[in-house]
Amino acid sequence: MQEIKALIEKEIRLEWRQRYALNGMLLYIVSTVYVCYLGFNVRVGGIDPITWNTLFWIILLFTAVSAISKSFTQERTGRLLYYYTLASPQGIILSKIIYNSCLIFLLSSVGFLVYSLVMGNPVDNTLMYWLSIFLGSIGFSSTLTLVAGIASKAENNATLMAVMSFPLILPILLIVISLAKNALDGVAWSVVQDKILLLIGIDIIVIALSYILFPFLWRS
Amino acid sequence: MKRGALNVFASKKSLNNYKFKKNPSLGFRGLMKKSWWKILTVIILSYVFIWGFAGPIPAQPILHETARNLYFHVPLWFGLIALLFISWIYSIKYLRSGKVEYDEISSELINVSVVYSVLGFITGAIWGKFTWGQPIPNDPKIQYVAVAMLIYFAYLVLRSSFEDDQRRARVAAVFNIFAFVLFNVLIVVLPRIVNFSLHPGNGGNPGFKIYDSDHIMKLVFYPAVIGYTLLGLWISTIRIRIRKIERIISEM
Repeated sequence: MQEIKALIEKEIRLEWRQRYALNGMLLYIVSTVYVCYLGFNVRVGGIDPITWNTLFWIILLFTAVSAISKSFTQERTGRLLYYYTLASPQGIILSKIIYNSCLIFLLSSVGFLVYSLVMGNPVDNTLMYWLSIFLGSIGFSSTLTLVAGIASKAENNATLMAVMSFPLILPILLIVISLAKNALDGVAWSVVQDKILLLIGIDIIVIALSYILFPFLWRS
Repeated sequence: MKRGALNVFASKKSLNNYKFKKNPSLGFRGLMKKSWWKILTVIILSYVFIWGFAGPIPAQPILHETARNLYFHVPLWFGLIALLFISWIYSIKYLRSGKVEYDEISSELINVSVVYSVLGFITGAIWGKFTWGQPIPNDPKIQYVAVAMLIYFAYLVLRSSFEDDQRRARVAAVFNIFAFVLFNVLIVVLPRIVNFSLHPGNGGNPGFKIYDSDHIMKLVFYPAVIGYTLLGLWISTIRIRIRKIERIISEM
C-alpha cells in the first residue's frame, strides 16, 4: 500500500512539473466541446438528448485514449529500468490505473461542466449521471492503461494504441452510454441496478486481469 | 537432477514436467500425431452435409427450409468460440512456461478463428437475406460480434508490429488473455441485455429451441458443432506443423 501511494505521488508530481501535458488535455476537451457547439449550431432548445449524450461520451472516449496513451511513454528508458529495480510491477500498474482514473474523472468533470454550459443540460437525474461518469472513468482507465502498457512494448505505438483500444473499450462504452441515457431520462434506480452492477463487475475483472498480466509485460 | 532416476526432492510440478517429457502423446503435440479424430471429422462433416440437406426438419412459418442454415451458421460460431478458448488456455500456458510451441498453437488457432468468423458472417448474411430481408440488418448482435472480431484483427496487427520473436509472443499472449475475457462480455453478456434484437436468444427473444419443435434438428446440430471444432483444430495443427518446420529450418 505504501508503495502504491508513493508511486501515485510520483505520477502526480511528474505531471505537475510538466504541466503542459495536463493543460494540453484540458485544452483538448474544451476545444472539442466548443467545436461541437459550433458545428451543431445549437439553438435555444438544445439538441436531441440521445445526440447530446452520445456526443459527450465520444468526446470523453477520445480524450481518455489520448491522455492515457502518454502514460507509459512519458518517461525516458533509463528511468523505466530504475523503476524496474525499485518497485513491484503490481504496484506500478495499480498506481497507474488509480492515477489515470483520477485524471480521466477530472477531465470528464471539466468536460461535463463545459458541455452543459454550451450545449444545454437536459439531464434529469444528475447524481446518476455523475455516477456514470465516475464508473466510466474507472472503466476506461483500467482497460486503456493495460492497452497502453501493451502498446508501449511495440514499435508502432500510436496506431497500435488506437487499433487495440477501440474494440476493447466498446463493452464499457456501450453500458456507460446506456446508463447515462437512463440518467438523462430520469429512470428509477431499481431499473438501472443491473447495469451498474455489470459495470462494476467488468471494472473489477479488468483491474484483476491487469494486476495479474502486467508483471509478464514488465519483464521485457 | 538425473534424468534416469526419480529425484526424491522433486516437487510435484517438476514431476509433472518429467511425465510430459517422457510421454509426448499427451497434450496438443500428442493430438497432432494421431489421425483417428481426423477420420472422425470427415465422417461427422459428411453426415452433417448430407443429412443436413436431405433430412427432415420441423415446418416453421418464416424460416421454411432456411432453418437448415442452423447446421452451418451456428456451429461455425460455436467452433470459433471453442478454438478461441483453447487459444486462450495456450496463451496462459505460454506465459507460465515460455515454450515457443504454445505461442505457435495459440496464434494459429486465432488465425483459423478469424477465417471462421468471415464464414460465419457470410452464412449469416445468406440467412438474413431470406428471413430478415437484408443481408446485414441493423441488429445489435451482428454489430457486437463485428467489434469482437475487430479485437482479434487488432491481435493480428499487434503480432505483425514486432520484430523480436520472444517479445512478440509474450505481448501477444498478454493481449490474448485480456482480450478473450472482453470478447466474451461482448458476444454473450451484452446482446442479452439489449432491448431489441433480431437474433433468437438475444434482446428478449426466445432461443432457437422453440423452432426445433420436433427435437430432430439436435441430431444434426450437435455433431455439426463437434465437426466444425475438430475441422478448425485440424487446419490449425497443419499450420502449426508448417510453422514448426520453418522455425527448425531457420534455426539451423
